[in-house]
Amino acid sequence: MSDTTERGIEADAPAGEQAKASWRFLKGHLREYGILFALIAIMAFFQVATGGILLRPVNLTNLILQNSYIIIMAVGMLLVIVAGHIDLSVGSVLGFIGALAAVMIVNWDMHYLLAGILCLAAGALIGAAQGFWVAYFRIPSFIVTLAGMLVFKGLTLWLLAGQSVGPFPREFQLISSGFIADPFGMDGFNLLSLLIGIGVATILAGLAIRNRQAQARTGAPSEPFAFFAAKTALIFFGIIWMSWLMADFRGLPNVFIVMALLIAVYSFITSRTTIGRRIYAIGGNEKAASLSGINAQRLTFLTFANMGMLAALAGLVFAARLNTATPKAGATFELDVIAAVFIGGASMAGGVGTVVGAVIGAFIMGVMNNGMSILGIGIDYQQVIKGLVLLAAVIFDVMNKKKG
Amino acid sequence: MPTILEMRDITKEFPGVKALDRVNLSVERGEIHALVGENGAGKSTLMKVLSGVYPHGSYEGEIVFDGAPQSFRTIRDSEAVGIAIIHQELALVPLLSVAENIFLGNERASGGIIDWRETEARAAELLERVGLKENPKTPVGDLGLGKQQLVEIAKALSKDVRLLILDEPTSSLNEQDSEKLLALLTEFRRQGVTSILISHKLNEISRVADTITVLRDGSTVARLDCKDGISEDDIIRDMVGRSLDDRYPPRDPEISDQVALEVANWTVHHPIDAERIVVRDVSFHVKKGEVVGIAGLMGAGRTELAMSLFGRSYGRDISGSAKINGQPADLSSVRSAINAGLAYATEDRKTYGLVLDDTIRRNISMAKLDAVADGIVLNRARETEVAERYRKRLNIKSSSIEQETVNLSGGNQQKVVLSKWLFADPDILILDEPTRGIDVGAKFEIYTVIRDLAKQGKAIVVISSEMPELLGITDRLYVMNEGRFVGEMPTDEASQEKIMARIIKSGEPAT
Repeated sequence: MSDTTERGIEADAPAGEQAKASWRFLKGHLREYGILFALIAIMAFFQVATGGILLRPVNLTNLILQNSYIIIMAVGMLLVIVAGHIDLSVGSVLGFIGALAAVMIVNWDMHYLLAGILCLAAGALIGAAQGFWVAYFRIPSFIVTLAGMLVFKGLTLWLLAGQSVGPFPREFQLISSGFIADPFGMDGFNLLSLLIGIGVATILAGLAIRNRQAQARTGAPSEPFAFFAAKTALIFFGIIWMSWLMADFRGLPNVFIVMALLIAVYSFITSRTTIGRRIYAIGGNEKAASLSGINAQRLTFLTFANMGMLAALAGLVFAARLNTATPKAGATFELDVIAAVFIGGASMAGGVGTVVGAVIGAFIMGVMNNGMSILGIGIDYQQVIKGLVLLAAVIFDVMNKKKG
Repeated sequence: MPTILEMRDITKEFPGVKALDRVNLSVERGEIHALVGENGAGKSTLMKVLSGVYPHGSYEGEIVFDGAPQSFRTIRDSEAVGIAIIHQELALVPLLSVAENIFLGNERASGGIIDWRETEARAAELLERVGLKENPKTPVGDLGLGKQQLVEIAKALSKDVRLLILDEPTSSLNEQDSEKLLALLTEFRRQGVTSILISHKLNEISRVADTITVLRDGSTVARLDCKDGISEDDIIRDMVGRSLDDRYPPRDPEISDQVALEVANWTVHHPIDAERIVVRDVSFHVKKGEVVGIAGLMGAGRTELAMSLFGRSYGRDISGSAKINGQPADLSSVRSAINAGLAYATEDRKTYGLVLDDTIRRNISMAKLDAVADGIVLNRARETEVAERYRKRLNIKSSSIEQETVNLSGGNQQKVVLSKWLFADPDILILDEPTRGIDVGAKFEIYTVIRDLAKQGKAIVVISSEMPELLGITDRLYVMNEGRFVGEMPTDEASQEKIMARIIKSGEPAT
């Protein structure tokens, strides 16, 4: 393996060597970092092509709001795909839960909090029902969730009787149209948002440094020092800059906080806990995992239940954003979610993929949608381009794996 | 005899490694030529060069086949001149019939329309030639491995093969099927077909081969003529570059009186065909510090017995009792079996033992993940430390613990599987074919680990189809046949003949 040669390049190595080692490391790990560079490149391209509109505070905020429900579902879908399955029903479940919320809140005058909790529970139950057949009866997930897709599309129509139901009370809308309050009361600038950004950036950088120190104690760190420093600095300043931009508009959206928490929690679960590790093992080789004492059936079941719950959350966010539940809500969302996960480097066969990759994949799709719309490119061309990008990303992944 | 194949000064380099270094191979017409060497010695690479998997130009040296220099660019080129390789992993389509498989890619057809009558007639002829009495219409998936192997050979014959290369053909066959296959090779020799046989089973080689070429570390180290009377020890000496005085570590058992595992009246039914009894009323025990072997032919029910014990991973309607350290044990799931102190290392490490795309580290910790975690949070430092410890202890040859197991040789993969179970720290360890497809050097290392574990007071059950291995490392033997235990003997009093006698006798009167 050639990527072992750069091990041991430490901070005291000369600059030329650092640069070379970093370059070699990058070439060896294109699969992991390529996607991040692709996002940065795509953002840079549209920033220039749109004459700076893309990263204007108002557009950036909009971009996040527009893609929040896709990202929320991509986090759950990542787990499903890593476990070696697929969930085609999430778009329909999103629509169904939106409709359920509308019926409960608007038609029955239920308190929005209680309704929200019931909706999340209903989502988890729907996911569990599908996961039950997949996990315990070994019915292929493609078929179970294809059935689910049809069933919940139909139930949405039935629930709404073919009509749109709305509007929602103001408090409910705040899930996706609200921004965090600013106790500092500065005019036109949300200082708390910036402070949160700085805080998160500092925590992330601190964690990265601590992690590297721990690696140094147990063995050679895998990344060359220069690469590590550049990456950490990029993330640190990137986050602060983004939060500055958003603070300059109306601050961090509520849904952004929800998203960030989900990403953090699920990243941690997948990379640092026994549950996450076991899901990867099941996706990698279910038989070997089972014979190692891992309860593959229960974990698969829970993965689907979790997906259902996140689809429900996305349904609430989407309904709140539209301020109405429509029978068409959620159609083809599952395709965007699945595309995001695969662009983010997950493998169809299971066992491979990261939460952060899936989120970046979702942002790549989101930025392209947004950028192309600003440029006035027709929806026809947009579809073609997005399809080709998905294909290219996966081809790149496969070729890169073969080479490695 | 004239030479049919001459490979001269073949050098093949991969980035950073010289896989073959001026290797010479000369095969005479109509002989059985054995190619031996440890895993990683370059046997497969050499055969890939010969068959055109590595195209002409990607290696140095020349290939002369039938007197003419050859430059194969693809496998089709080498097939066109009559070279056929039968790989360890068979390339058959299970759902297609025997006849369809034989003529796959080479259909008996005119204008794209298949002539089924000719297909089946020709297939029947070929089957007769390889001595397989099966209907050509039978789906290949319904045949046992030994028969599938014969279908592969028939497929090669259908292409007018002149040089037949068999890569580890008997590694997954039982004794009877192996015998048949070797007899077939001898028959081919009489008919003038040349074969190259790659194998780890030295007893087979010394029996059928005319000439042996030994590879070590990518070079030809010896060409032995079997007319001169070659012993297995001679071959081993050339293979490993030193003489292995003893192929098995010394055995000085310290068996305690305490019974670690006691199984009584264990009966298992087939998972799909519930009427069929796969394991019938089996009782056995293993003491602490003891290595017990289970001998038997393939299909005797040994793996099924082990897997049904290990968390009911096989079969249905399982009855009988199992005690661990004198206490009734809960073996209802794999997790509870592990917790009760049982471990089972599978015979098929690629399908059931490893997550191949995962690293050595992640595979080793898999069965006892909780021990490298605080609550549910993994402790990476502790996990790394554990993996490093077992990498050193079992001498796993790899660039680091972060190497993916798919890139390891068979022997090192097996060591990772063993590490996983050693880390789980069981009281009783069942090893199913622990050295299948592994070279002599790695085998010795694994035997040493087994004996060490026994010395530490572990109880060990070894299932193996290689009788010399069982006789070499166990303290006591059970013989299993057709789902029943048909004999028990101390290894000191056992011999291959005695074991076979028990198997044959038990088969005679139907009970």
